[in-house]
Amino acid sequence: MSSRVLNATPPLRRRGLNRTRARRMWAYAFILPQLTLVVAFALYPIAMTHVYSFYDWPGFGPLDRHVGWQNYLRVVNDELFWNAFHKSFVFMAGTVALQLPTALLIAILLNSERLFGRNVYRTLFFIPVVTTSAVIGIVMRSIFATHNGLVNNGLLFVGLIDRPVRWLAQADTAMIALIVVASWKWLGIKMIMWLAGLQSLPVELYDAAKVDGANAWQTFRFITVPLLVPVGVVVLLFSIVDALTAFDLIFTMTEGGPGFATEFMELYIYRYAFTSFAGGLPQLGYASAAGVFFGLTVFLISLALSLLARRAATARR
Amino acid sequence: MRRALRQVPLHGVLVTAALIWVFPFLWMVSSSLKTNREFLAAGLNLIPAQFRTENYVRAWDVGNFSQYFQNSVVVTITTVAIVVIVSALTGFALARVEFPGKRPLIVLYAATLFIPKGYTIIPVYQLIRELGLLNTLPGLILAEAGAAPVLFALLFMAHFSGIPRELDEAAELDGASFGQTFLHVMLPLARPMIATTVVLQFMWTWNSFFTPLVLTLNNPDLRTLTVGMYAFVGEYNTDWTGLTAAALISIVPILVLFLALQRYFIAGLTGSVKS
Repeated sequence: MSSRVLNATPPLRRRGLNRTRARRMWAYAFILPQLTLVVAFALYPIAMTHVYSFYDWPGFGPLDRHVGWQNYLRVVNDELFWNAFHKSFVFMAGTVALQLPTALLIAILLNSERLFGRNVYRTLFFIPVVTTSAVIGIVMRSIFATHNGLVNNGLLFVGLIDRPVRWLAQADTAMIALIVVASWKWLGIKMIMWLAGLQSLPVELYDAAKVDGANAWQTFRFITVPLLVPVGVVVLLFSIVDALTAFDLIFTMTEGGPGFATEFMELYIYRYAFTSFAGGLPQLGYASAAGVFFGLTVFLISLALSLLARRAATARR
Repeated sequence: MRRALRQVPLHGVLVTAALIWVFPFLWMVSSSLKTNREFLAAGLNLIPAQFRTENYVRAWDVGNFSQYFQNSVVVTITTVAIVVIVSALTGFALARVEFPGKRPLIVLYAATLFIPKGYTIIPVYQLIRELGLLNTLPGLILAEAGAAPVLFALLFMAHFSGIPRELDEAAELDGASFGQTFLHVMLPLARPMIATTVVLQFMWTWNSFFTPLVLTLNNPDLRTLTVGMYAFVGEYNTDWTGLTAAALISIVPILVLFLALQRYFIAGLTGSVKS
């Protein structure tokens, strides 16, 4: 628009054009550093993972053994792949089921502005979120140790068990331990998200409910819950993606064991890409195919949930 | 007063829950001050017989945590600096200049937010290797900065867009160039955004494990604290108290940062969730 107005006065137009051109040059210069990083470390890798996935390639030497869809065929026919796929979803379901309601409960308790020390509580529940997953995983090995582990000592002390549980040495208990630790670690962030949601609820509705004589449960059930659905979908989305892509905590706490009981997708991919576990050499081509397959699954789930979140948000209005 | 009394049962529940929540950390502190023998005999007793610092000394010197700590500091500070600079630059250009390709760029950046990491680590490893930077700190820093979310740039963009244009126009009338306006006028106004970027990126880089593990696999001298911690249990798997001391060395810096700059953490995390 401005250029058409400036057309009438040639000298001004030239100045305007020069200025526009100069500003554009500045803008491109400002954008270049990050764009280089994004291209090199986000776009190029995504493209290359797809390329590698069609090759039989150990990660070094020439990329010349094109195998078509063979890696993908191997992926879908590998029992351990489906084991990892399944275990990832069990872990995800466990953490979601444990974290979301607990985080909501704590958020509701902490929501009252008149609550003395609410910020201190919020800080304490949030602390595990900022601490290092890899370090926590290693410390948790010690805490869940069969002999003299903190968890066993505590449970023995209160009499819930009468002999030490071999937490990390059995398939089911190792999964439970991981779910508990992961939920403990990341509950804080879900609490903050729920709190943000709770604080956005309209006060008038609660006043109206009080006037109508609704009790606390009825208020919660018929006002809070329906209004929180859109926030809930977002919390759910984050929990699902976080759980499905978790690596550090699991790798350091159980290393996928015992056996393959807690070998989630990211660990499965790591094993093929960076260790010589399976048949001598690393198999980057195969690992990439597994990565593409799983990445696509996570992407489709998040896409579906974002659409759901958008619909829930518009339905509210 | 009556209100305070009514809150007593609620506080009972909350204090218990909060104590259980931070108990693992209390246990770590307590264990790090005990001897291994004492640790094995103590059971649930948290109070050490005598406060000993020998575990810290052992982790720091014998466990090589002095080196790991130094690596973590170098990698984290450099990465954070790079991320703040490139994000602010991009954010400012996007907020203030109309240029061909702007829309597609924003869409592209928004799309990269959804990529899971396991997806990209293999080519990143290849790229760093081809650049000849495998098993070097610059290689690690580059990979960490490259993995930083472009979300920061988009948040900077939103922040700069909220600042009245009259400010930079006035600066330009005074003869300041685009770059000078950015540096002397706009950047100081973006302090809260910078703080948010610093704390979040600091947390991610400090806590990062997968990338340094993969990129420093063959050079123990370049291990960051997280990778060093992992190597430590492999080597000294019966040194439980040394392990807790090493763990505390690794997490205390991030804890201190969090306690000091909490509101930026929480503002940043809720801000990134909303978008």
